Parts: sequence; C-alpha cells; structure tokens
Amino acid sequence: MSADADVEVLRREGRIVVVGASLAGLRAAETLRDKGFTGSLTMIGDEPYEPYDRPPLSKQALLGRARAEDTALPRRREIDAEWRLGVAAEGLDRQAKRVRLANRDTVPYDRLLITTGTRARPWIHPDEAALDGVFVLRTRDDSVRLDRKLAGSPSRVLVIGAGFTGSEVASACRERGLEVTVAERGPAPLVGALGGVIGAVADRLQRRKGVNLRCGISVTALEGDYAGRLRRAHLSDGSAIEAEVAVVSLGAIRNTDWLAGSGLAAGPRGIACDAGCRVFDVNGIVTDDIYAAGDVARSPHPLFDYQFLSLEHWGNAVEQAEIAAHNMICAGPDRRPHLWLPMFWSSQFGVNIKSVGVPSLGDQLVVAQGTLAEERFVAVYGYHGRVIAAASFDGAKWLGFYQQQIEAAAPFPPEYGTVDRRTETLEPVDPAFPDPHLPTHGPTVTLTGHSPSERRVEFVPSHA
Amino acid sequence: MTPGTITAQITDYANRADPYPLYAELREQPVRREDDGTYLVSTYYEVRNLANDPRLSNDTRNRPPGYARVGHPAEETGLPPSFIFTDPPVHDRLRDTINRPFGPPHSPRFLDGLRADLATVVTELLDAFEGKDQVDIVEDFSYPLPVTAICKVLGVPREDEPRFHIWADALASSLDPRPGGDDGQEKAQRARQDMGAYLSDLIETKRRHPGPGILSALAPDMTPADLEATAVLLLVAGHETTVNAITNTTLTLLRHPDVLERFQKDPDLAVPLIEEVLRFEPPVQFVPWTTALADIDVAGTTIPKGSPVWLMLAAANRDPKRFEDPDRFDPDRKDNEHLGFYTGIHYCFGAPLARIELHAAVPELFRRVKFSGLLEDPPPYRTNAVLRGPRHLPVAIEGLTA
Repeated sequence: MSADADVEVLRREGRIVVVGASLAGLRAAETLRDKGFTGSLTMIGDEPYEPYDRPPLSKQALLGRARAEDTALPRRREIDAEWRLGVAAEGLDRQAKRVRLANRDTVPYDRLLITTGTRARPWIHPDEAALDGVFVLRTRDDSVRLDRKLAGSPSRVLVIGAGFTGSEVASACRERGLEVTVAERGPAPLVGALGGVIGAVADRLQRRKGVNLRCGISVTALEGDYAGRLRRAHLSDGSAIEAEVAVVSLGAIRNTDWLAGSGLAAGPRGIACDAGCRVFDVNGIVTDDIYAAGDVARSPHPLFDYQFLSLEHWGNAVEQAEIAAHNMICAGPDRRPHLWLPMFWSSQFGVNIKSVGVPSLGDQLVVAQGTLAEERFVAVYGYHGRVIAAASFDGAKWLGFYQQQIEAAAPFPPEYGTVDRRTETLEPVDPAFPDPHLPTHGPTVTLTGHSPSERRVEFVPSHA
Repeated sequence: MTPGTITAQITDYANRADPYPLYAELREQPVRREDDGTYLVSTYYEVRNLANDPRLSNDTRNRPPGYARVGHPAEETGLPPSFIFTDPPVHDRLRDTINRPFGPPHSPRFLDGLRADLATVVTELLDAFEGKDQVDIVEDFSYPLPVTAICKVLGVPREDEPRFHIWADALASSLDPRPGGDDGQEKAQRARQDMGAYLSDLIETKRRHPGPGILSALAPDMTPADLEATAVLLLVAGHETTVNAITNTTLTLLRHPDVLERFQKDPDLAVPLIEEVLRFEPPVQFVPWTTALADIDVAGTTIPKGSPVWLMLAAANRDPKRFEDPDRFDPDRKDNEHLGFYTGIHYCFGAPLARIELHAAVPELFRRVKFSGLLEDPPPYRTNAVLRGPRHLPVAIEGLTA
C-alpha cells in the first residue's frame, strides 16, 4: 500500500486521539473535521469542563465583569467527538499505540495529538500550599475560588511572583480596592519576559497604582493560624507581612509527567517536535504518528537560530494546533511548517502590554516611539545587529510593523524616522535581562536549546 | 493612460459615478509616482501595511514647501489641526481624551444609549414617505439621520443644523484634492472660521452650563482651541460620511435585487451585507493626506522621504489578491477585512457610531418601504472624490408598511 493510500484510509476511518481538551486540542479537532477527517475522534481532558478560554481568568473574571463559568470557547463547528472529560491520561504505550487513562481504561490510536499544556507551578512547600488562602491561578476552578475569596475583602493579598499572571492579579486586586503586596525575586516586574529596562516602567506603574511592590526579595515561608488559615508570609530579608490571601504566580510547569517512560523527548521544558509538530523520541528520531501543539510543545524556529522554542501564547496554541491537525492527515509533501512569530498581550493597571518576537534573546534595546517616562512607547530589541523583538505599552497597533521588521531580519538599531520619535538618534542600551540560568516567573517565551532531548541519550548501536 | 494624469482622472467629475475601472488600472502598478512627486498606493496589502507604518505621518506639515497641507488651517485662524491630521503623541492624547465620554472602557454605554432616539428618527423619516410615489433617499432619509446623530453626540442644538450643513460641505470639499481648487480652499477657510466662532460660543456656554453630549464632558479637559478643532472635525465627519454609507447601501441593494430579496426574508443578513457595502463602495475612497517620514520601500518602489502619499482605500478593497472576484457584491464573503474604515491608529473614530446608524436605518428602510426601482442610474454624484457619494438618489416607491 502506498503512503498516499495510507493517508486516504486514515482520513476516512482512522482513529485520532487528542490528549488535552483545551484551546489547542479543540482547534485541532475542528481543523481535522474541516479538512475532511471522517474517522473517530476522542478528546481526553483531565478537567471536567468542555474547552474554555483562559486569558479572562486573570482579568475580567477577577473583576466581576465575566463569570469564569462563562468562558467556554466558542465552537467553530461540530466535531463529532467522543469526550473523555474529568479523567487524566496516565501513560503512553507507543508499541501498542494506546493511551492509558487514570481509570485504567486504554484508548487506541492511529494518530495521537498531545496538547496537555501546562499547570501552575505550585508553592514549594506542600503543607504551606494547603493553607486556606493560598492560591494558584490556571484553571476555571482556580479563578472561581480566588474571585470568591477576594469578594470577602481580605485585609491584604500577597502576590508571589511579578510575571504576567502575578501582575494581572495584582492589578485586579487594586481595581477591587484591595491592599496588595507583590514579592518578586528579580529586580522588577516582568523582567523575565521584557528585561529590566521595561521592568522599571512596570515597577513605577505598579507603585503608582498603589501596589506595595517588594523586588529582589523572596518569600521563604507561609504561616498559618491554628485553623489552617494563612496569616503571614516570611520574606528573605527577615521581615514578615500579614496577609489573608497569597497568590502563587511562579510560572508554569509543562504537563509531560504522564509521558515518563514512553520514550518520547518529553521533559520539564516540554515535548520536542519538529516544525511540522511531529514529536521526537529521546534519540532525536522523529515519530510519524505522534504530534504536539500548544504550550506543551517546543519546536525549532528558523528566526531564532533554530533553537527549540516553547511558547505559552494563546495565538500560538491556535496556529500550532491547526498546523498539527493538517499535517496529521496529510502525506509528506503537503505538510506545512509551524513558523509562528511569538506574540502575546496583557492588560494590567489600565495599560495594554504587547510583545512580538523573542525579547529575551535581545542584546540591545532602543525606545523607537514614545518614551518610557510617559509609559506609552514601543521598545525594539536587537540581536547581533538585527531586529529580534518589540514590546509596547499602549502602542499595540504598531507591532504589526515591527513584526515585519523581525521577519525581514531588518538591521538594528532602526535608522529611519517615525512618528513619535523623541530623540534625534537612537542610543541602544542593554535591555537588562536577568541571568537566564536563574528561574524566572513565566517569561512566556522560552528558548530551550538545540537538542530535542534534554535527557542524556543512551547510545544504542543500530543492528544492521 | 498618459503618465502623471491619474490623479487628474480620479478627481475628474466624469469618473465619479464609476471610478472602479480607473482603480483597477491603478492597481497594475501598486505604487505609482505622479509627476509632482506624489505617490499613489492602491493594492490591499501595501495600503494596509502603510496605514500601520510608523514612518508615515498624518501631519502634512512634514511635506516640503509647495505641497498642499491638507487639514492644516492657515496660521491666521489660530486653530490647531484636528486629531486626524496629527501624529502621536499629540494624536494619542487627543484621541484618548475624546474617547473618554464616547466609548469603552470609560463610557461603554454611551452609544448604545442613542439607539432608541435613532430608531424614533428613522420611524419619523419613513412615516413621511406615506402617500408619496417617489422620494430622494439622500434628502429624505440618509442625510437627516446622521446629522441628528452627530448633533446628539456632540450636544449641538438640532435647529442650528442648516448653518453647519453649508459649513460642513465647504470643509469637506477642502479635503478633495482637485487641481486649481484655491477658491474651494478659501471658502473652506471662511467656513472653518464661521463654524469655529459658532462652536466656541457654544463651548463657552457648555462650560458654564453643562448639558448632554460629549462637548460638555470634554470642556473641562481640553483647551478651547483643541475642543473647537475636534468639534469641527466630528461635525464634518458626521455630516459627510455616514450619509454616503446609507445611500450607497440603498443604491447597491437596489442594483442587486437577488440580495435584496434575501435580505427581506432574512434580516440577519444586515451585518455581513453592511460590511460588504463598506468594502464595495467605501464612503471614504482614499486618504490623500499622508507623508513619508523616511524612505520607504514598498512593493519594489522606494517612496522618498517627504513625499505625499495617497492611500487608495477603495482600490485596495477591490484587490483581487485579497478579495476573490472583488467586483462582485457578495454579502456571503468570508473574512471580509475591508479597509472601509481605514486601519491602524487613525482607524475611523466614528466607526461604532456609523455601524449603529446603518443598522438603525437600513433594515427598517427595506422592511417598511416597497421599492419599485431607481429613477436614475447612476444617480447624480457630489463633486467630492474623497468623500464620494450620490448628491440625490431618486427612487420610485409603491408603498409603506407600518
């Protein structure tokens, strides 16, 4: 049977299993049906809910403008799938081509798509994490619980980690009139994603909006009262603060544990796949029946030295899912590469923040439009003399232009005149990223090196 | 076509009723240099990219001497340019301020609150069709509605309307880049002064006795000169664009009886239908007031720094590289990201208001009025090539339902 005939059979009567029933999983399923896949489709998700949207959970849902229960993702079309919700996948047997579920069921597949995403990194000490008043924010349930707690007007909220999620939570708390302390190990909010120069602007913004911001400090312990309720947090400078609520915003962990022993190149930094979303095994051999998309995937990107890139971005999840779905049911020459340029947005303290490209790769920065002082600007990042990224505060409409500059590898610093240029010449500065080896709180874009597998590969001589 | 004459042809009144063959010719060369150094850009992706390009300015003072400084009042008027003719940071500051009483996030319900009033106006205008066998859609319907709307938005007394009608016309024609339009420019300058004087009195009154409308809301936050310039812009835009959008929709539907029939059975078609009219017959045909701040490479041509640039929205909206079968009026079109309201930071400020007006006017017009046809096709057009639309749209009608 030729490969083309295989594909035809697969499209008609194959079994496709999607593990991870969120944004990427849903969009992939819809794309499969759109492209004429008529076989069986199984959607496995550990949460009991149908796919929902996460960005509002740290924004509108914490401000009473939307209910977390109402964030179900709009459906583009019927997908005619068997839903296995509320039960996690627990293992993968590649030989038998079966996914094992937590309830011991097994689900056979011809093609498998892994879209298991990430979960919130929990507080380091499990007993402290279990205190009443200690939260993480990743799921619908997390958002409902936190919203309910905030509605009780706690005397102070402690946000641990000033990445994007932490900063958005702090913003929502201030808008609700709550006292907030933000503890950040780095020198400023958002440093991991945007560097210290832009971080300083976020720092000023937070303080002006009444946040008690404590940078260069870590939380060493959370202390409860006799009834197991959070009452105070101890900080690395020896001080302590009273707080009824702590929101742990220390970034995300990729949900790859269930793949342990599967032989796939899956680890804490994600699942390595090629530009066509096909997953690698630990030896760096690409599989042809297992695909990955969304936050859990890491794939090489030509604009960034072909380093493997993992992205926690909404738009990436959608696009990568569509590409994966397309490639799953196509013969080789019809497959497409996933070459999405990283892009994300945040809204906090009344400011729209948007970024395109990979700022953390930048070795230089210029403020091309506006000024940092007015908190309205476009900053452009350079890497080895070319434009690699741009970030804006209330300037999102310009980023499409800079996206094209990145895609064209335009020279850095930009020498052309633009509107809202405040200086005669642009003086590049060091964007001041923290040491990449130090853990940061959710940079949202991570360059994860050139090797598909981070585990040591055991050399196995091939038997000719 | 003789090189260098394309702008003359575009502004030539003989081409007003159907400029689209001319735009199609224009698109054969996406970036075209005129003899005077003006560049015309006419293909979709190039127009869209330039409208979002920070190297392009809306402040015509960046043009070298000798070129028209569209939108900039003569020094002696003492008036600043309105925000559409400014760049950031001035633009952003003004637009943010003006948006505060107008739209979200600060005033998410302001426009919604106008719906009931607009519905009443539509009903009254249509009731007046009773017993007639022909009407002029422009005079009897498309013109009065937007004028009422913009007066309400600003808080300008409706009874003063006949006065601005004349001023607004004169100012709108000053945007029209007709060669030898000195007389028009002078008229516009005078209109702007008269209108300015009227508005500055009104604003002063609002300052002392606040009332409904955004002028009152803005009076404490803006300089009198900026507020006056803003009021002039919004009054002109409110007078001269939505009227064309409503008239163009009516004309297009009467020219496409099959779509009209579907629409009468399926009122939900209103949304894609109105968006398709904005693509097919955009009320602002082109934007002739931008200027390159740097050498810009576009589609293999370098537009030198300082060049006036015209962005041909109506031509881009019919670019076959972006829209399949672009000369077909097709409300079922998917992914209709037209440039009818422009794009980028100067995206039409009044777009949400225009959509509310169109949706108040168009479905009700076709629900209540039984048309028997256009009395003149093409109808007589106004002279303006930028804000292009029929001066009159005489139609025969057979009856009116309640």
